[in-house]
Amino acid sequence: MFVNSHVVKRVTGIAAAVMLMIGLSGCATTASNPKDPFEGFNRVMFSVNEGIDVVVKPVAEGYDKVAPDPVKAGVGNFFGNIADIWIAVNNFLQGKPAEGFSDIGRVLVNSTVGIVGLIDVASEIGLEKHAEDFGQTLGRWGVEGGPYLFWPILGPRNVRDTFGFAVDASVDPVGHVDHVATRNTLMGIRFIDLRASLLPADKVVEQAAFDKYDYIRNAYFQNRRSVIYDGNPPPLED
Amino acid sequence: MKCLFSFLFGLLLSASSVFAQDESPDALIKKVTEEVLTIVRQDKDIQNGNTRKAIELVEVKVLPHFNFQRMTALAMGKEWNKANAEQKKRLSEEFKTLLVRTYSNALTSYRDQTIRYKPTKMPGGDADVVVRTEILQPGSKPVQLDYSLEKQQEGWKVYDVIVAGVSLVTNYRDTFTQEVRANGVDGLIQMLSTKNKQLESGKK
Repeated sequence: MFVNSHVVKRVTGIAAAVMLMIGLSGCATTASNPKDPFEGFNRVMFSVNEGIDVVVKPVAEGYDKVAPDPVKAGVGNFFGNIADIWIAVNNFLQGKPAEGFSDIGRVLVNSTVGIVGLIDVASEIGLEKHAEDFGQTLGRWGVEGGPYLFWPILGPRNVRDTFGFAVDASVDPVGHVDHVATRNTLMGIRFIDLRASLLPADKVVEQAAFDKYDYIRNAYFQNRRSVIYDGNPPPLED
Repeated sequence: MKCLFSFLFGLLLSASSVFAQDESPDALIKKVTEEVLTIVRQDKDIQNGNTRKAIELVEVKVLPHFNFQRMTALAMGKEWNKANAEQKKRLSEEFKTLLVRTYSNALTSYRDQTIRYKPTKMPGGDADVVVRTEILQPGSKPVQLDYSLEKQQEGWKVYDVIVAGVSLVTNYRDTFTQEVRANGVDGLIQMLSTKNKQLESGKK
């Protein structure tokens, strides 16, 4: 096995919780999409998430309005720099050493010249930002997605990407900060910054979608398929 | 999915003037995109959320380069063939209204992104190509924005816009298929028209 037992325990726990919740929801599904056998349950979780967002979204909007652009850029860059380390690892795991070394270069440049990652100097000298996660790595290795799940806070993730997220979270440097208050503050800021970055897309989805749940589900499938193949997925049967 | 901008650009890129016949599809995309961006960069109203003005810009610059009938057919998949000629016309009209309104709104979120145009592979004589671009924003991973075009008598026409791998057209297929199966083609026309009326009345 390629992950440590801590992660396995965590993932097993998540899987057990999923099974339990699906059991409790009585499997009352209206399976309109074969990849979403637990649609009934997922729609409940989707509503829960919308409920949570009633509180989160205004905070993100406030942050977006009040924080000056350089501050927002700095926050995004700072957490992006931390994320680049694990992105590098995933690029190596996917057999893309050039991208992996480029990511390492990004971390070195941005952590020093870029003042602990606050300024993305690396992008300006041509070291492009990537976005990789362990779910993508598994997909690249040929692991099937499995059933679609909608999680409160985490949003849409099939079983593979849920497992991938558990691995991502277990190696997250921010999660390993020992000082509890510092760790919680960092995680809170990162979460609000992420939510704020989704505000423009939100506006479009609100207008474009007939059924937001369905629109997001389809967008998730299409987007993940694309990123696993780095933007060049093999053509689909129409 | 911070892809708003891509939506805009999608629209934008189709924008352009009339003489498209001899242009290659990538040159067309580039010309239209730059034309629209130049306008948006100077228009404080659009930047401040004036959707009406953004719609006007899109209608003038972008619409002539889109094939909405093909887009609607693509969004409906197999169900498209269940519609008669009159229904097809109405479906295309309503879908066009929806796409234009939704994505004009996205244009108002434009800030300072730039577009990178990637080389387009054009197998000889091919009448169907994908033009790839990227939206660049410092500090973020570039957002991929692709256009599918087909060659028609009047020149190249866009029939799909793909943002970060998500086709803005086929993303509707499940919803449309379900509606046609439940309430027929007229049900879908009704659904689109109701949605458009809602958006129209909710607009400032």
